[in-house]
Amino acid sequence: MNRPFRTALAALATSAAALTSASAQEVTIEYWQYFFEARVDAMEILIENFEAANPNINVEMTHFPYADYRTRTAVAVPAGEGPDSVQLFYGWLNDYIEAGLIQPLPTDTFSPAMVEAEFFPMVRAMERDGAYYALPTAVRSLALFYNQRLLDAAGVEVPTTLEELVAAAAATTERDGAGNITQVGLTTGMTAQDHHWFREVLIRQFGGEPYLDDYQTVNYDTDAGRAALGFYLGLEEAGVSQSGFMDEPQAAFRGNRAAFHIDGSFRIGALNDSRGLEWGVTELPAGADGTQSNYSSYWVNAITSSAEGPEYEASVLFMEYLTSPEAMQIWLDVVGELPARQSVGMTEENANDDVFGPFIRGLAYAQTTKFADESAQRQVLVDMIERVQLQDMDPGESLRMAAEAEQAILDGYYNN
Amino acid sequence: MASDPSASRTEARGSAYSRLSITQKRTLWAWGFLAVPIVFYVVIRFYPTGNAMVLSLQEWNLLGDRTWAGLDNYRTLFADPVFWQVFRNTFVYLLLGTPISLVISFIIAYHLDKVRFMHGTIRALYFVPFMTSAVAMAWVWRWFYQDVPIGLFNNWLATFGIAQIDFLDSTTNALPSILAPAIWAGLGFQVIIFMAGLRAIPRTFYEAAEIDGVSTWTVLWEITLPLLRPTIVFIVVLSSIGFLRIFDHVFNMTSANPGGPLNSTKPLVLMIYQTAFSSFDMGYAAAQTVVLFTILLIVSLIQLRLLRDR
Repeated sequence: MNRPFRTALAALATSAAALTSASAQEVTIEYWQYFFEARVDAMEILIENFEAANPNINVEMTHFPYADYRTRTAVAVPAGEGPDSVQLFYGWLNDYIEAGLIQPLPTDTFSPAMVEAEFFPMVRAMERDGAYYALPTAVRSLALFYNQRLLDAAGVEVPTTLEELVAAAAATTERDGAGNITQVGLTTGMTAQDHHWFREVLIRQFGGEPYLDDYQTVNYDTDAGRAALGFYLGLEEAGVSQSGFMDEPQAAFRGNRAAFHIDGSFRIGALNDSRGLEWGVTELPAGADGTQSNYSSYWVNAITSSAEGPEYEASVLFMEYLTSPEAMQIWLDVVGELPARQSVGMTEENANDDVFGPFIRGLAYAQTTKFADESAQRQVLVDMIERVQLQDMDPGESLRMAAEAEQAILDGYYNN
Repeated sequence: MASDPSASRTEARGSAYSRLSITQKRTLWAWGFLAVPIVFYVVIRFYPTGNAMVLSLQEWNLLGDRTWAGLDNYRTLFADPVFWQVFRNTFVYLLLGTPISLVISFIIAYHLDKVRFMHGTIRALYFVPFMTSAVAMAWVWRWFYQDVPIGLFNNWLATFGIAQIDFLDSTTNALPSILAPAIWAGLGFQVIIFMAGLRAIPRTFYEAAEIDGVSTWTVLWEITLPLLRPTIVFIVVLSSIGFLRIFDHVFNMTSANPGGPLNSTKPLVLMIYQTAFSSFDMGYAAAQTVVLFTILLIVSLIQLRLLRDR
């Protein structure tokens, strides 16, 4: 008596198989990222693995020099000439979502609950109205690099608090007979990573909250902000640092002329290539009350609006692979960038790694600034310091001007 | 035979061309050849220029749609203190750069013209900086200007116990420090042009002056400089446009803080570049471009009028 039902079922199964085989036609999707040798190498491995698992999908990768990348994608994607899947800096996402150039990721595969449970918290900046628009494979954070030889020579330990850092930096600073600094304790420079350190780390450690209203309101013209600025300027006044020393902070550190240097995980590769440099890395020093903070940035992968039908489905599968634990481990091993999933980052091996460990542990308490125009907002802090150092302006006054200037940038962006 | 229409048309066209006079044919050919550069200029130069002027009245971030903004971009620009600072900087580059390079290159050319010993080698040495990539040169000078322990100049000063000078990390010294290598880089070209100009002055004038027993100074003022007028016009116009558009030296010597410190070295072109390709505010950048275009036009017209042969 079940026979007719079974026949119907069999027929259904056959047609379903036919459907699957129809959709199993070859699909080619295009993927764009900027050129950085290790990133391209890692992506080639990922594409190879993905194509082996999905024989009917071809992924073609195109890469551009970093300097052109933003302009090229910004020109190509709106013109419909762009890729199906693209790598974007997290800070550009607002503009892409607003212009309708990228599609939300399907919530069944990338449910907000899953992402919130499994990814490091700062990835939440990629969510809009209950859907994620993009997800990273890897993230970056800051840490304190130190020169082991200079520390040994001065007989100081690796610092864990700001106070210890200042003392250790004072012990490792060297001067010539005329008092000119020939070796700095700590490198400083708002033009490098210090503007992130100041915004997301120092202000919080001095009891402040740099921004309110989801990064739309500047909130550092406060006592905490003034205290943080006082600390930062004090480094140079105490003679343990000199902004612009040896032109660039990382150059001073690589040249064995700086004992401490705050930089991102992307610097690891360059330091490994520096001969004669014996370096180590530790978590950013904690504040007086033990507050720890960090800044994290990342590149995300997104699906553009030009991906439709089979290309869209293939892109979703590709995205799923790019954000899988396997892909993250490959990315960490090849590029040295940190896994975006806690389960991959916080493995015993990764979290206690001598080099990656401090960065990965920093991710647990990292913040991600939502920039409207990162270089303009960085310039505001660069100018803030220069007004004090070159024009003898009162620090409080300079901080107030910086807060006003940055608020104007944010207002111009969000009120348009 | 006459029923073949294509043959009769060819015949008609052939006769239409052969009926033209030689002059008309020449004109036709001339326009035929001229059409190529004209089309090229219209597509590559004039269309984008017109487009930029339209864009200066719009708002556009490259990604979204262009929206009309009227004169908003110009209003923002003229109310922006940074623009006026940049405007001043641009003219400082021009007003210092052009006369200094003109005088130095003339002095070099004037004396080099009289030198016979190793003339070619010396001339080549002056020309080498002009052939060097501006980027490489800017970076070498950037390092020359650093503080102890890596800066060449400050290391010298420190050796003699003199206090260090902040070359680039100073709102007053940075602009002249950047201008110096820019002048040096352009010198070779100007020297060559001046020497060509000097050679073009007929010897007979000098011989006549010699017979009359005129002083060297008078020869310089009454013969050499007046006869060099076309050369001077050419160099002044060219180097003015160059200094008004200065970019690569400034950008490379201050790349961590472009146009800094505190905008004290920022020229208009760098401001345009930053507005367009780091803030992606294309309409505002176009408005700045239109202003630069106007300045270049006015300056060139004034110079051509002032230095015109009377």
